[in-house]
Amino acid sequence: MTIQEKQDEIIDEFGMLEGDMEMSINYLMELGERLDTYPEHLRDEDHIVKGCQSKVWLNAELKENTVEFQADSNTAITKGLVSLLIRVMSGQKPDDILNQVIYFPSRIGMSRFIGTQRSNGFSAMIKQMKMYALALNSKIKA
Amino acid sequence: MSSFATTQLDIEKIRKQFPVLHQDVNGKQLIYFDNAATSQTPDVVINALSDYYSLDNANIHRGIHALAERSTAAYEESRKKVASFINADEPEEVIFTKGTTESINLVATAYGRKFLEAGDEVLISGMEHHSNIVPWQILCEQTGAKLKVTPVEDNGDLNMEAFRGLLSERTRIVSIVFISNTLGTINPIKEIATAAHNAGAKILVDAAQAAPHTKIDVRDLNCDFLAFSAHKMYGPTGTGVLYGKRALLEKMDPYQGGGEMIKEVSFEKTTYGEIPHKFEAGTPNIGDVIAFGTAIEFVEGIGHDMLKQHEDDLLAHANSTLRDIDGFTPIGTSNQKASVISFNIDGIHPFDLGMLLDARGIAVRTGHHCTQPLMDRFKIEGTARASFAVYNTISEIDDFVTALKDIVSKYRK
Repeated sequence: MTIQEKQDEIIDEFGMLEGDMEMSINYLMELGERLDTYPEHLRDEDHIVKGCQSKVWLNAELKENTVEFQADSNTAITKGLVSLLIRVMSGQKPDDILNQVIYFPSRIGMSRFIGTQRSNGFSAMIKQMKMYALALNSKIKA
Repeated sequence: MSSFATTQLDIEKIRKQFPVLHQDVNGKQLIYFDNAATSQTPDVVINALSDYYSLDNANIHRGIHALAERSTAAYEESRKKVASFINADEPEEVIFTKGTTESINLVATAYGRKFLEAGDEVLISGMEHHSNIVPWQILCEQTGAKLKVTPVEDNGDLNMEAFRGLLSERTRIVSIVFISNTLGTINPIKEIATAAHNAGAKILVDAAQAAPHTKIDVRDLNCDFLAFSAHKMYGPTGTGVLYGKRALLEKMDPYQGGGEMIKEVSFEKTTYGEIPHKFEAGTPNIGDVIAFGTAIEFVEGIGHDMLKQHEDDLLAHANSTLRDIDGFTPIGTSNQKASVISFNIDGIHPFDLGMLLDARGIAVRTGHHCTQPLMDRFKIEGTARASFAVYNTISEIDDFVTALKDIVSKYRK
């Protein structure tokens, strides 16, 4: 699936929750729990993306010319949100990650879950993913 | 739940005066427990603000027309109300600022930079809000003074023995919070002020949380400076107070330059106005200051004794019911506490807890509450915090506890 198709899939899923805040949080927490276990040795300052109230650890590796992301968070809701980004971005080519617009957060009303200030943390995470893609892209082309 | 004095206060009548409370959030009736961050405003305060802009709006002090006269009179009337509210000797000892943070910065700048030098000491405590830490750090960097910190006990009390030990002949300023915004601890300010004065230091009291909960008497406390904000005591945002003893304020240099604060200006030499105007450069926040005066009338109309009794009852009820929750850990268990409960629940991050409560229409605060060193002291990332005001009820606390129990049963790992 392309980045766009994955985003549309997420928008459809959240559409079924009909804007119910607690159901949406519950769903996010479930998604977070399904995330692959994050490697302990990568839980360090180099991999941290700091938000206002939660920490996120993010790593990326190249796998057959696509980027595999791994992530974790110390809060369950943020972990769920991160899992959505991983679902969209992981397994994609670096060029696609760099060029595609991420539009699903606003379409699922994500600001309600994370607040305006923490949206900045989420933007920082998308930026960090793109930075990884950029670095790995130059590795492919080198 | 026996003899709650809440029966003495007609809470329903009080609640009717706060329009913001009567709304649904996420499909549930709002329960507002974030009062330590900001309290809600009653109709009388909102109307005072609206009336000012509808009827009296004019710049103060220099105008000779009717509107300027009315706005000046109302602004200065607020100063008198504040002076009486805190039992200051005279209204001139009341300076209007943006709020507690600016008040502390004013003292750190206008007093600290003039009177502190390298080797002098500023003594604060481990439970201070960032606004009572950072201005002193900046001052210390600028002057070469040292910042000393009184440790906090496990129950959230100040270690008074350590405090006395940290006072020295080089201590110039002691700046301590009256009521901790995170722990709720009510500090023994009178005792602290006496000890500070015996050491030859001046004392500033951060009374941001105290103003809505406790009768403040600056003469009885014998504090040199005291700071608080309108928006934590049912008033508008954007204004607050610095109280200072006349002799000290007169010795201090101006904080900012501009209109209002001068006597004569020429390019060769400017002379400054008298206090309090010396510290109120530029057009002040006139409308909010006037509405602040109305907020003081609102608080005094209820009375601090009644307020305290009601909030103590809410706190006691919350303490007794919250402890039944599996994994509940309170942070701050002093015997001397205001109606603030910081807590964690094992297995649920405070951020997740706050979001899940918000989904049920319950507003609490989560995070470090601008007291990161205190979080480090307790080796925690943050807490959830419920803080109560006059319009909160026993039944709201029951709904809160029920919601917490349900959240714990569903989401706790």
